[in-house]
Amino acid sequence: MKFTRREILTAFLGLPFALSACRSKSENTEVAGEIVGANVNVGHILREMRNVEVPPNNWENVKVAIIGGGAAGLAAAYKLNKENFGDFVLLELENKIGGTAQSGESNVVPYPWGAHYLPVPFQENTELIALLDEMNLTEGRDVKGELVVKEQFLCREPEERVFYKGRWYEGLYLHVGENEEEKRQFAEFQKQVDFWVNWRDATGRRAFVLPVANCSRDAEVLALDKISFGDWLRQKGFTSERLFWYCDYATRDDYGLKLDQTSAWAGLFYFCSRVRKSGEESQPFITFPEGNGRFVNFLHSKIKDKTRMKTVALEIIPTEKGVDVIYLNTETNEIRGLHCEKTIFAAPIFTAKYLIRDFKTNPPEFVKEFEHNAWFVANLFLKDRPKNRFPRDFPLAWDNVLYESPSLGYVNSTHQKGIDYGAAVFTYYYPMCAEENARAKLFALNHKELADIILTDLSRAHPTIRELTEKIDVMRWGHAMISPRTNFLWSTARDKAQKPFRNIHFAHSDLSGIALFEEAFYHGIRVANEILPG
Amino acid sequence: MNKTPLLFLNVIIIATCGLIYELLAATVSSYVLGDSVTQFSLVIGIYLSAMGVGSWLSGFLDNNLAKRFVEIELAVAVVGGFSAPLLFLTFANVSYFNIILYAMVFVIGALVGLEIPLLMRILKDEIDFKNLVARVLALDYAGALVASLLFPIFLVPKLGLTRTSLIFGLLNAGVGLWGTWLLENLIKPRDTNILRVKGFIIAVLLIIAFIKADALTSLAEDALFVDNIIYAKSSSYQRIVVTKGKTGYSLFLNGNLQFNTFDEYRYHEALVHPAFAVHDGNPKRILVLGGGDGLAVREILKYPSVETVTLVDLDPEMTKVSKSVPVLGELNKHSLEDSRVSVINNDAFVWLDSAETEPFDVAIVDFPDPNNFALGKLYTTRFYNLLKKKLKPDSAVVIQTTSPLMARKSFWCIVKTLEASGFSVKPYNTTVPSFGVWGYALAKLQPFETPSKLPENVELKYLNEKTLSSMFEFSADTNLPNEEIEINRLDNQALVRYYESEWRRFE
Ligand SMILES: Cc1cc2nc3c(=O)[nH]c(=O)nc-3n(C[C@H](O)[C@H](O)[C@H](O)COP(=O)(O)OP(=O)(O)OC[C@H]3O[C@@H](n4cnc5c(N)ncnc54)[C@H](O)[C@@H]3O)c2cc1C
Repeated sequence: MKFTRREILTAFLGLPFALSACRSKSENTEVAGEIVGANVNVGHILREMRNVEVPPNNWENVKVAIIGGGAAGLAAAYKLNKENFGDFVLLELENKIGGTAQSGESNVVPYPWGAHYLPVPFQENTELIALLDEMNLTEGRDVKGELVVKEQFLCREPEERVFYKGRWYEGLYLHVGENEEEKRQFAEFQKQVDFWVNWRDATGRRAFVLPVANCSRDAEVLALDKISFGDWLRQKGFTSERLFWYCDYATRDDYGLKLDQTSAWAGLFYFCSRVRKSGEESQPFITFPEGNGRFVNFLHSKIKDKTRMKTVALEIIPTEKGVDVIYLNTETNEIRGLHCEKTIFAAPIFTAKYLIRDFKTNPPEFVKEFEHNAWFVANLFLKDRPKNRFPRDFPLAWDNVLYESPSLGYVNSTHQKGIDYGAAVFTYYYPMCAEENARAKLFALNHKELADIILTDLSRAHPTIRELTEKIDVMRWGHAMISPRTNFLWSTARDKAQKPFRNIHFAHSDLSGIALFEEAFYHGIRVANEILPG
Repeated sequence: MNKTPLLFLNVIIIATCGLIYELLAATVSSYVLGDSVTQFSLVIGIYLSAMGVGSWLSGFLDNNLAKRFVEIELAVAVVGGFSAPLLFLTFANVSYFNIILYAMVFVIGALVGLEIPLLMRILKDEIDFKNLVARVLALDYAGALVASLLFPIFLVPKLGLTRTSLIFGLLNAGVGLWGTWLLENLIKPRDTNILRVKGFIIAVLLIIAFIKADALTSLAEDALFVDNIIYAKSSSYQRIVVTKGKTGYSLFLNGNLQFNTFDEYRYHEALVHPAFAVHDGNPKRILVLGGGDGLAVREILKYPSVETVTLVDLDPEMTKVSKSVPVLGELNKHSLEDSRVSVINNDAFVWLDSAETEPFDVAIVDFPDPNNFALGKLYTTRFYNLLKKKLKPDSAVVIQTTSPLMARKSFWCIVKTLEASGFSVKPYNTTVPSFGVWGYALAKLQPFETPSKLPENVELKYLNEKTLSSMFEFSADTNLPNEEIEINRLDNQALVRYYESEWRRFE
């Protein structure tokens, strides 16, 4: 089925804007670039390749197989390697390591394809801090024992700006034109956040902290998971449009969900989990031009010889002695098998029902609770950065947000390198927010159509963007992130999924219900510890 | 009453106004774009041809000539009257300035071209053709003479470009308004009233603009163009303007004064020589960050011990201009062409982060003031830590640190930031009349004494040993303020915020 330009722009950018964009005769010219990402259709392979036989000579013995080279799988591998447990292999289906934290390289700067920052962890997150120390990102500890990260790795100011009605303003929350009532509500919202920042349960646990596993399970907090963040705001009497926008931006940005799709627990988690004490600023961000690509590439560098790229696990078969893993090398089309003692399952949880033999016929209830939403991410290679139209416009920041757009705007990769002139790479994010048929809608579009959506969207703020863009590459994340919608996080699904199934241990960040590097790392390390002898 | 003589008075006013607008446009464009021969020639050409177009168009106007005439006067009043302020504003804010300029010249020309033919046709019934042509044309040319004498002798020096433009707009509006009385019997009564209201509104607007002209001009004109522009060019990074005035030549980057020849030696001697004075040995390898005008390098090359100077300046256009514009080359003694000097065009932050070089003995850091984030990063702990890696234990560094009087907190913020980066710092200040009280910070990686001796055999116009030691004294209104001052880091850019709030007071 083919759509007209107007239909596509309406579907992605909304009707009024699409109409004006189509009227303004902005040329829908072809821009160079391609759709990137796994060149194999994994779903297709898994459906086609049922009951494959491994040629007898293609079996090997290895103690542990890790399925998936995202942050979680890599963290597990890194931990095993660190503890001198060398008998493992890691299977990754793509030709790039890192999963949703992968990155790319250009001759200007490297750039992210997904995850792009990590807030400085609290001192209690010792395992993650050890990684940051090892990566030489840290300077030491302050008097209270909190981590001090080197200046050049902390997000450089200006961090955020927002485009609203033709002008750029500093920050993310829109202060310009705010009336007294809106000011009051914003302050009141901060108070609510402070309440939960300071909240402790009977055993002294925080309501919201990273990793999620350390959050309190007190009924008062868990009740928040039963309503949407939007309902929670309304129940508290909030009405300010700009406050709703701010919270909606937060949930779209972190979870790929709209305000009314997100659980209030997850919404508050976003605002509270990175604030040490009420009144303090949220933890600063650690970031790199390539985003979290820096982390996964570092982890990978430690275990490179044990990774097998372009390999898809086809079937995981629990046996008497352990687990058999059958995989396909998508380059050579060779089918191989691994006799293992244990397997670490670090692929998205919903794929378990296609991979684990026992689940294929009889999938456990909890698997279908793990729902993902679709995103697309584009990298725009610009020969020069767009100039501000008005002298008083706030200058280009790291994160550049368009108030009136359903996209999240773009992150400027040259920012953290201190490059302020000339060529740049902008990473554009668009969450499809658990729309019906989002995935089908996304995959129905070709490169030209996607590029047109992106350029039309950005042209609100940057009328010259088409002339400046030399190339656009687009990544379609069909299953980008787990959705922390209401009644998922604190149902029993996550607890159940975390338990090993026979000799299969699950590690994907999905298990936290919240897609964050810290969570992926936590589960990777946790599972490695489960497996390590002693 | 015979109104004809009064209408002839109109001719002379119209003619004067017309030429004034032409002169204004040509002057503004040669001020801001440089190359006055080309600008005058282009503006005059476009203007005259547009007048031709206007005259030709007048042939298409058949009815209500008197009404049309008044309308055209009012249009000229608006477009011509506001032309100079509008040109200055657009120059400061848009990149396609030329197009706006030439379009405006064309419109004014065409409107002025309509005036005389219309007036002649209105007058043709009052006076016979022979006399009409003779008088109108004579007065037209006389008006031109009045304008060309008034413009350089009185208008530009006394009123300035913006006010001149507005005054003549007001004259045109006056002619229009007055026309509604003079030509009353040729215009329908209802139209008369509408025209009068319009004329009145336009006149009021022009008067308001005239009163507010100071605010308007200070947006661009006064800051940049009190003097004649001898060179102007927009690079990808900034707008470079060189002017010549009574006190000498000045360089402006984005409208900010970088130096004036009258006192730049004070600034540059104070910048360079104290750093050499606190270096214990004979400095050989010198690093200059910023300073694309070559004036700091001129001072550096006075030392025979200097073997290499590496100058890192963002803008290739700036370093090119410093070599190729004769007055600049003379002023910097062709320092950038010296065989010891190598010029690198890069952002100093990016260069420090990536370049592999031997360490330097002296580093001179001479950036524009931190008025935006891209400049602010050049004053951060990160920047100074990167700089440290290019130094030896006994190297000396000096940094221009804005005015401790105008931007006291900014000044001390830079000093604190240097200290936080592990430098031992001696701040100092001096007076550079073009700038006011100006500040610097001398820094080394080990504790050191304030310099008291200047090198022998180095010719200096300003510094002597007395001034040298007095520079390290701070007055009560410039010394470290008694309040907490943040350290400038990449992740807070505290300095840009201090600087903004401090300099905004003077805007
Ligand atoms: C657009 C976007 C932006 C994000 N931004 C941030 C951010 O700024 N900060 C942050 O902390 N988090 C962010 N996240 C979330 C973050 O990427 C994840 O939380 C974390 O990196 C996930 O790691 P993971 O290993 O759990 O999962 P994944 O990244 O999903 O990794 C799973 C891996 O398994 C592989 N795989 C799947 N099936 C098979 C198979 N059958 N055989 C072999 N291999 C297989 C996949 O190719 C993939 O590499 C973002 C995510 C997206 C999509």
